Amino acid sequence: MDLRYTDKQNAFRAEVRAWMQANVPTTALKSYDTAEGFEEHRQWERVLNSGRFGMVTWPEALGGRGADLIEWLIFEEEYYRAGAPGRVNQNGIFLLGPTLMEYGTPEQKARFLPRMAAGDDIWAQGWSEPGAGSDMAAIRTKAILDGDHYVINGQKTWSTRAVFADWCFGLFRTDPESSRHHGMSFILVPLDTPGITRRPIPQLDGEPGFAELFFDDVRVPVENRLGGEGQGWHIAMATAGFERGLMLRSPARFQETARRLVDLYRRNESHVAPGVRDQVLKAWMDAEAYCLNTYMTASRLIAGGKIGQEASLNKIFWSELDRAMHETALSILGARGELMASGIPEAGEIARWLKGFMFSLAGPIYAGANEIQRNIIAERLLQLPR
Amino acid sequence: MNFAFTEDQLLFRDTVRDFLAAECAPAQVREAAAGDGRSPARFDKLVEMGLTGLTVPEAQGGLGLGLVDYVLIAEEAGRAALPELLVDQIGIAVPLLSRFADRPEVASVLEAVATGAAKVAIGHPMDPFVADAAGADWLILGKGDAVHLVPAASVALTAETSVDPLRRIAGVEWLAGNDTVLSDAPGLWDEILDLGAIAMAAQGLGLAQAMVDLAAEYARTRQQFGKPIGSFQAVKHHLATVQVAIEFARAPVYKAAFTQRPRDVSHARIAVIDAAAMAARTAIQVFGAMGYTYEVDLHFFMKRAWALAGVWGDRHYHLDRMARMVLSDDAAIGADATFADN
Repeated sequence: MDLRYTDKQNAFRAEVRAWMQANVPTTALKSYDTAEGFEEHRQWERVLNSGRFGMVTWPEALGGRGADLIEWLIFEEEYYRAGAPGRVNQNGIFLLGPTLMEYGTPEQKARFLPRMAAGDDIWAQGWSEPGAGSDMAAIRTKAILDGDHYVINGQKTWSTRAVFADWCFGLFRTDPESSRHHGMSFILVPLDTPGITRRPIPQLDGEPGFAELFFDDVRVPVENRLGGEGQGWHIAMATAGFERGLMLRSPARFQETARRLVDLYRRNESHVAPGVRDQVLKAWMDAEAYCLNTYMTASRLIAGGKIGQEASLNKIFWSELDRAMHETALSILGARGELMASGIPEAGEIARWLKGFMFSLAGPIYAGANEIQRNIIAERLLQLPR
Repeated sequence: MNFAFTEDQLLFRDTVRDFLAAECAPAQVREAAAGDGRSPARFDKLVEMGLTGLTVPEAQGGLGLGLVDYVLIAEEAGRAALPELLVDQIGIAVPLLSRFADRPEVASVLEAVATGAAKVAIGHPMDPFVADAAGADWLILGKGDAVHLVPAASVALTAETSVDPLRRIAGVEWLAGNDTVLSDAPGLWDEILDLGAIAMAAQGLGLAQAMVDLAAEYARTRQQFGKPIGSFQAVKHHLATVQVAIEFARAPVYKAAFTQRPRDVSHARIAVIDAAAMAARTAIQVFGAMGYTYEVDLHFFMKRAWALAGVWGDRHYHLDRMARMVLSDDAAIGADATFADN
């Protein structure tokens, strides 16, 4: 155990910090869940890629820097420290990217990863269906082989970023006779293919952050299948592991929220109730604990380990932490905490806490509801009967 | 940057775990509680394994290992609810004494500790009682800033009864003299408090996991409504929630062992106090009426956790200390600050 950064790691941090200082937009971009904001964020992805910061863990040939997971954590820390824009392509770079790296053919990697890193292809996800939410094995949307194409019919829902995205990845039933976890394949679908209809769904804040996708005889080439036919569930579980476990929610995100919460508390200390202090401290400690835990996981993965059940532990922890931090912030703001827009000086800060609070309520639901994660922990880690 | 234990450290941890599973199983803990609470035979075996000399410098016959090596062992002692006071000795007293190992009288105490010939108890002046004072040959005690190393013959003990039937605590009367002063450096007791808090946190981790494991084992076998109660989601979710709290208390304990910095130590201490308290109240709920009896082993672990929660700085003490270190205007708390000062 050595909890000190190497000179190389420190140099990498300095490089990221300097680059962020020079390149992070000084005015906030519009929300990526609006048409204009989506393109602004795509442009930011291009700027990131020009500095080879699109996805630092990927090999250089695929648009990355060949960085290890510790360096990725350092990158994320500097990214959030600089207040850089949200990653509009997070479904791509943090979920599909690692999955492609593990299961993609060399041709698929070369075809998809550099364009992903460059922001040329922004990805949406296509997991849930109206009858398949927490019970993902109930998926019914079919992809039936017809020559060298799959023909897709059915419906996906809660497809994050799908309103404006270029592609979606998801699970489709390639064996129509199959049921449950069998007979599904992991397929990558261009969202401009004829036969796809997108219906935007406004989120709690009113913006269309996700969509319903209707597939009506949508033809997708067989080479868009990731992994073998019928292997879809297995691959999707790996993607879900990245989603819950490590990459989608890097610790820096929550440490930055905790830092903002401490800052808010300091400025309001004189008039908040005494118990709030302990909630603020708890938030800071938990964000810190998530960071430490992630460094332990990263160290283990670098040494050749695999991500396992800790994905479920992590997902519960970060999602409930995020919600608690925003609830605490709103309790500090008191009567001002309902202001979505105002002329008062703190209006922007208050609206950010409010929007963050609403989004934090989705955390315990998406990426596998926390009830499902608790079942996984109980059954696989504590070996309780199903 | 490598936040991992070495193969050797993990192997030694496993050896100690296996040893305690054989020599300090719940039935043996129960047996000790029915007697005077201590097993000289088991203590001799701890000595044989080198555990009493784990942190004693090599020059004094020990293994000369550090807190990162020891923290896993302390966790195992907690997991087994080990009655003998190994952890306080090798995690608090010895690291302190080792700083003064150049003094012949201290060096000889360290040598005797490593061979098992002598035991040292230590009590922070903030805490009213000293654990295992009765069996100790030496006591480390405080008056003001000064840290004293006092022979057992110079103290008068008043035994007290802990909620934990295996904890032997006593009030200590003694007269401070110049001849017993180890050091009067200001702030030394604060550093000793951190060692104590790490020791309590590491044991608490093991205790919490032991309670979850006992409850899970019971939930796998106890049948109601025609099936094991562990198949009910209400029970599953209770235990999963505790497991999350334990997992996220773990890394802070290991970091505190590495840095020994007050902020890290208080974080570890608070996280473990909370996780262990949650483990206790959840485990007894899963055991139902059985958990409320003296006949099920759970209570040994619960009581140890309750007792350890109050010493070497309780939750409020560490929260207040944390507030001064995290909420002050000059505190470094951003995403890049976690490992910055190591």
